[in-house]
Amino acid sequence: MKAKLRDRLKSQKVIVICSSILGVLFLITLFAPWIAPNDPIAVNLAHKLQQPSWDYPLGTDHLGRCTFSRILFGARISLGFAMLIFVSALSIGLIIGIVAGYTGGWVDQLLMRLGDGLMAIPSLLFVLGFVGIWGAGLKQVILGLILVQWVYYARVIRGMVLSLKEQNYITAAKISGSSTWTIMKKHIIPNVLPSLAVMGTLEMGWAIMNLSSMSFLGLGVQPPTPEWGAMIHEGKSYIRTHPALMIYPGFMIMLVVVTFNLLGESLSERFGVKRR
Amino acid sequence: MSLLQVKQVNFSYNSKRLFKGNDQTTNILNEISFSIEEGTCLGLIGTSGAGKSTLGKVILGIQRPQQGQVLFQGHDIYNLNKATQQKIRRDLQVVFQDSYSAVNPRMTAERIISEPLENFERLSVGEKRRRVIELLERVGLSERDLKKYPHQFSGGQLQRINIARAIALKPKLIVLDESVSSLDMVTQSLILKLLSELKDDFGLSYLFITHDIKAAFSISDQIGVLEKGELIELYDSKDQFFSSKHPIVKRLRDSILAEHPRFRTLTTKVKLG
Repeated sequence: MKAKLRDRLKSQKVIVICSSILGVLFLITLFAPWIAPNDPIAVNLAHKLQQPSWDYPLGTDHLGRCTFSRILFGARISLGFAMLIFVSALSIGLIIGIVAGYTGGWVDQLLMRLGDGLMAIPSLLFVLGFVGIWGAGLKQVILGLILVQWVYYARVIRGMVLSLKEQNYITAAKISGSSTWTIMKKHIIPNVLPSLAVMGTLEMGWAIMNLSSMSFLGLGVQPPTPEWGAMIHEGKSYIRTHPALMIYPGFMIMLVVVTFNLLGESLSERFGVKRR
Repeated sequence: MSLLQVKQVNFSYNSKRLFKGNDQTTNILNEISFSIEEGTCLGLIGTSGAGKSTLGKVILGIQRPQQGQVLFQGHDIYNLNKATQQKIRRDLQVVFQDSYSAVNPRMTAERIISEPLENFERLSVGEKRRRVIELLERVGLSERDLKKYPHQFSGGQLQRINIARAIALKPKLIVLDESVSSLDMVTQSLILKLLSELKDDFGLSYLFITHDIKAAFSISDQIGVLEKGELIELYDSKDQFFSSKHPIVKRLRDSILAEHPRFRTLTTKVKLG
């Protein structure tokens, strides 16, 4: 009993710490234009590759741009678009999962086999192929990542709907005259959503990682737009002389991904949600 | 005209086999026919696996039988236009065995009971609440239980909420699918008392599905015995049941334990298998 309580407090502590880190990051992202000391895309070759100073808190890159300001603005792209990927993939997955699970039959078969087909291709390869066909760019990468990601949500949601739909209270709702839509709204979605929130937290880290890796490969965000993955890519040539150019954005990616994963992990422990 | 007429209903599960020969059919219900008159209760007893619950689902309109008809107030419930379907849905309700799984754990008692009201009646918020309180009081709960969640109720109380939801629309027929079987003896008799009161007050009819012979006799006007998907016999009174010569009825009868162990003789011992 005591050990259980201690575990619970511990997981609560993790949840509190992680959410406050993410909260601070979110605020920074929101107020980036006011916090940033310099223009993130202003090139100033006279000041290139400088050490940290009062004017440039984290120094400058090979084009004399302020690294600190670029990281702040980069957070907007990394976090913002990761959120976009997450929300879109979740909505598609929610709709398809519920339709497949609730309808069953050939609709279910068709949707799930389509999903299986998508899952058979490694996600990075799929996005690479997508970019190969439609050309490099943020839009294509985001679309590709959404197309890869919805399958996971759809599968989990379908599973939950399948077990929910056998519950007596769904039958009772049908008998008390509720339409399919009412059953969805009142019984299915409210029971699915909490698990989804937990799963979503875990998947946010995934989205940020993938978005950054695509940018690192030069396929996602195009210069001069600041983005963490792209910043690592640009700093790569100076790895011997100025490793800081890669370390700062790299650290930020690590911090955010680890925080999201820890938060997701302890939330799923707390609420007993299984992943995938 | 009877309230409910079941005519030669056959139901079977079909397990499709992709590679091995023919499809396998398992017969669950075989040529079932009976009727329920308005204001009466038909008790349906049988061992587990006899097809009792499937029959309940067929009557409720959620499990279409392969053959036969279910006529409710003269309408075939599997062959209806939208308007009649809505009307019949109102008049046909259910109370399940497991009271916990029959309610959404995320909804308060108020929301559970108001669900059928919202589906069929346009009520203002205040009016709806007044009706829910009325229903709660009718089943022996009170206004204080309005905002409670299912886990805050006992099994018996929750079964009362299920009953309140079932009678909310003033239906004609309620299918009681093992509704008292998971309750203790005292609660069972209280719920049975409530059910027979409601029957008289609202002129309800019941189809009381149970394996508990004593419970069946306490509120039923007619008793049917179901065994392996077949309706063996119908009895109008307790005496008829107890004087029946049918071997399956005899076995069921013998399985009733005497009130005190002292009265149990060798002949009343349950034969297994």
